[in-house]
Amino acid sequence: MAKAAELESRAFITGNEVVARAALAAGADCMFGYPITPQNEIMHHWRRLAPQQGRLFMQTEDELSAGFATIGAVIGGKACFSATAGPGTVLFQEPLSMAEMMRLPVVVVVQQRGGPSTATVIYSQQELNLVCFGGNGEGLRLVYSTGSHQELYDYTIKAFHMAWRYRFPTFVLGDGYQAKMREPLQLYDPAERGFGPIPKEPIFGSVRGEGEKPLLHLRNSFSVEEELSEVLGRHLEDYARAAPELVEHEFLGGAGGELLVVAHGIVGRAARQAVRELRAAGRRVNFFRPITLRPFPEEALRQALEMSGGAVLVAESAQGQLGKLVRLAAAEWGRPRYRTLYRPGVGITAEDIAAEIEEAILA
Amino acid sequence: MRPWKIVAAGEGGQGIQALAETLALAAYRAGLQSLYIPNFGIEQRGGVSLAFVQISPAPIGSPKFLRADLVAALSPRALRRSGQYLGPETFLLYDNSLIDAPQISDEVVGLQSYDTIAPEAFAERSSYRDRRPAVEAPSRCLVAVAASDLARQRLHPRVFNMIILGAIVEITGAVTLEQVKEALEEKLDRRFKKDPRLREHNFAALELGAAAVKEKATAQA
Amino acid sequence: MSELSMPRCWNRESKPHRFCPGCGHGLVLKALGLAIDELGLEERVVFACDIGCSLLAWDFFTFPCLQTHHGRTIPVMVGLKRARPELVAVAYMGDGGGYAIGLQHLVSAALRDDPITAVLVNNTVYAMTGGQMAPTTLLGQKTETTPFGRDEAETGRPFKGPETLSAVAHPQAYLARGTVAQVLRLKNELKRGLERQLQGHFAFIEALSTCPTNWRTNAAATWAFLEQDMSSFYRPGEVAVMAGKED
Ligand SMILES: Cc1ncc(C[n+]2csc(CCOP(=O)(O)OP(=O)(O)O)c2C)c(N)n1
Ligand code: SF4
Ligand SMILES: [Mg+2]
Repeated sequence: MAKAAELESRAFITGNEVVARAALAAGADCMFGYPITPQNEIMHHWRRLAPQQGRLFMQTEDELSAGFATIGAVIGGKACFSATAGPGTVLFQEPLSMAEMMRLPVVVVVQQRGGPSTATVIYSQQELNLVCFGGNGEGLRLVYSTGSHQELYDYTIKAFHMAWRYRFPTFVLGDGYQAKMREPLQLYDPAERGFGPIPKEPIFGSVRGEGEKPLLHLRNSFSVEEELSEVLGRHLEDYARAAPELVEHEFLGGAGGELLVVAHGIVGRAARQAVRELRAAGRRVNFFRPITLRPFPEEALRQALEMSGGAVLVAESAQGQLGKLVRLAAAEWGRPRYRTLYRPGVGITAEDIAAEIEEAILA
Repeated sequence: MRPWKIVAAGEGGQGIQALAETLALAAYRAGLQSLYIPNFGIEQRGGVSLAFVQISPAPIGSPKFLRADLVAALSPRALRRSGQYLGPETFLLYDNSLIDAPQISDEVVGLQSYDTIAPEAFAERSSYRDRRPAVEAPSRCLVAVAASDLARQRLHPRVFNMIILGAIVEITGAVTLEQVKEALEEKLDRRFKKDPRLREHNFAALELGAAAVKEKATAQA
Repeated sequence: MSELSMPRCWNRESKPHRFCPGCGHGLVLKALGLAIDELGLEERVVFACDIGCSLLAWDFFTFPCLQTHHGRTIPVMVGLKRARPELVAVAYMGDGGGYAIGLQHLVSAALRDDPITAVLVNNTVYAMTGGQMAPTTLLGQKTETTPFGRDEAETGRPFKGPETLSAVAHPQAYLARGTVAQVLRLKNELKRGLERQLQGHFAFIEALSTCPTNWRTNAAATWAFLEQDMSSFYRPGEVAVMAGKED
């Protein structure tokens, strides 16, 4: 492992390099990948840096192979990840459903690009549905949506730890902008911030919960419905129990607000800037950003709604994928008044959001 | 200092991305908040290359923006493409050389070399057609520098982008020429060591660009 | 007019084309266009391109052209051909699309002797995504994911497509490797490949091609790599079908 002194430094690099460095710092053992823009440079940087530290890289023949090879290495007890985007995220759903069923701590970094299909290689927030609920299952996944290079670094490291601690496949959800832009961040040795080694172990022989036998037989097919229901029921219970420990969000504002702006990832950053400027000008606008999209910080959102008089503006570079999560969470609160700024596959600036807020407040 | 939102646009091969990245790096090294993002997408050769840079004492929001404080548009096509970022207060820096910027011809076989970028990572979308009319900017914000001529006649065609960078530094004052030089030292360390003339050319180009803007300013005053 | 002027079936509105200067894709598509012209097939051809630099050809011809997904061009054309046997189906792809992510489709189409003409551009890299290793990358060749040169111990040996397919293809299938260094010969190979489809059989033509952008080569080095390095490992010519010979 690199010396702490080497790790403890500021850097001005692209988001893709941030991810590769974070995975190295976290102590990840291997990466399996298949080229796709805009994540390619994660692979390129890992391929150049990792072998010097005895870590592995393998370019597979496609994303199915990358996903399943990651699963294989994880079963072997290695902290292992992949990175992909767009149509690659689609292909990853098959291995990820297996990881979900078998509770395998696979880590995947997704740099969203425009969809559907090959669309653009540039940017979007259209892969939220896929990373949260893409498989033929219940979405037993942990999804971090980052909004800055610092968060890309922090949450890539955290992803390995949480994946292994809770045994759910874990995503770091970035996008093409975050992948390709450069901005400053603080690199550090995770050990200095309370992250010990990744709690990894060979899956065979590991003990999952209290009173459980060591795992020797892993399966994903069941002969009767009740059998599946029993296993899945346990996973769902685990997920529900873990959710309060997993959820994370950011809130800016206070009680007596007139409007709550909700956005995630890089759009959250535009929204935060707009809200900050308007608040400085005396406007009572609040800001809420889910950091975990799965599980969703529902309780925190309801509190934020309460402080904002039940008026919401959802902004995202997709046609309501975040919007749906917000509506679901808000349903228990009552009936908020919604406004939306949906721009599927297109960037949203702070100016765009500020204009929308002005309109919402005037309306 | 005031925050600066800057768009640089030019032909593929003019060194637009290197210019933008160097500027952003210099600002970062000066302890400022700084963000650089290229425009990329599926593209053929000879498309317009676009870069966005923001420099600010305060945290920076979205990586792209609607209005720029300064647009450096380095070919007629680049001006058309970046016109949307111009507002009434935007500085427009352009190249008024007598010789046109090189446009890559499809007929040329095998001329490209190291700074060509693979299609998926390249500038803008190929099907993009900007139907907006050519822009008109208020003249007090117009800054012309004959960067292409200066580069060719005084230094080397390849340092064209550093002349423009020198001009941007002079217009904005967001960073100093010294800070840009240090950023170049960091970025081009190995190449400077191999060929010290490269350093001389780049540094001279920065000075030349800055001086050209200063001259204009005194002439106008 | 020389025989190498613009083929009739090229869509003039999409020219000049979008490939980099010095790219071999344009030459392969020229040979393909000439072959289609000479066989008088414009009215019957449907062309599909993969995702890769081949996608830049989505409006290349006057006949219908379709972009598919990365690696999925062959199954799309197999489906189209089953639905509309009177059409002439051309599946156009890169070596990443055909030999990595879509290899099972290529092998299966050859096994089933699907009557389509598959054309694969071998430029030894994943060009569109910025020059990563492809199954065809030569040993020792530097790419973004083999930055110190392709190492056999780590990544295995380069893939020889037509030779591999010869073990599974139908005895009447057509297998060949052409090169953009010999466009007229490549045109003739493509013609034979189209004719074989008309006779109801599978045809596969690999074309050795150039990618100066990702190879980072000037004109001379580009052609030297094509004509020496590539051509000595990947021998141009028709490849005999071995399958079925044993019985
Ligand atoms: C499922 C999926 N994975 C990855 C990609 C990204 N991708 C686009 S083109 C390409 C490789 C192209 O290489 P090749 O097929 O050799 O064609 P070339 O560009 O070299 O002509 C890849 C991996 C994609 N579009 N879809
Ligand atoms: S990147 Fe290579 S294969 Fe793609 S268009 Fe350019 S030269 Fe051709
Ligand atoms: Mg290729």
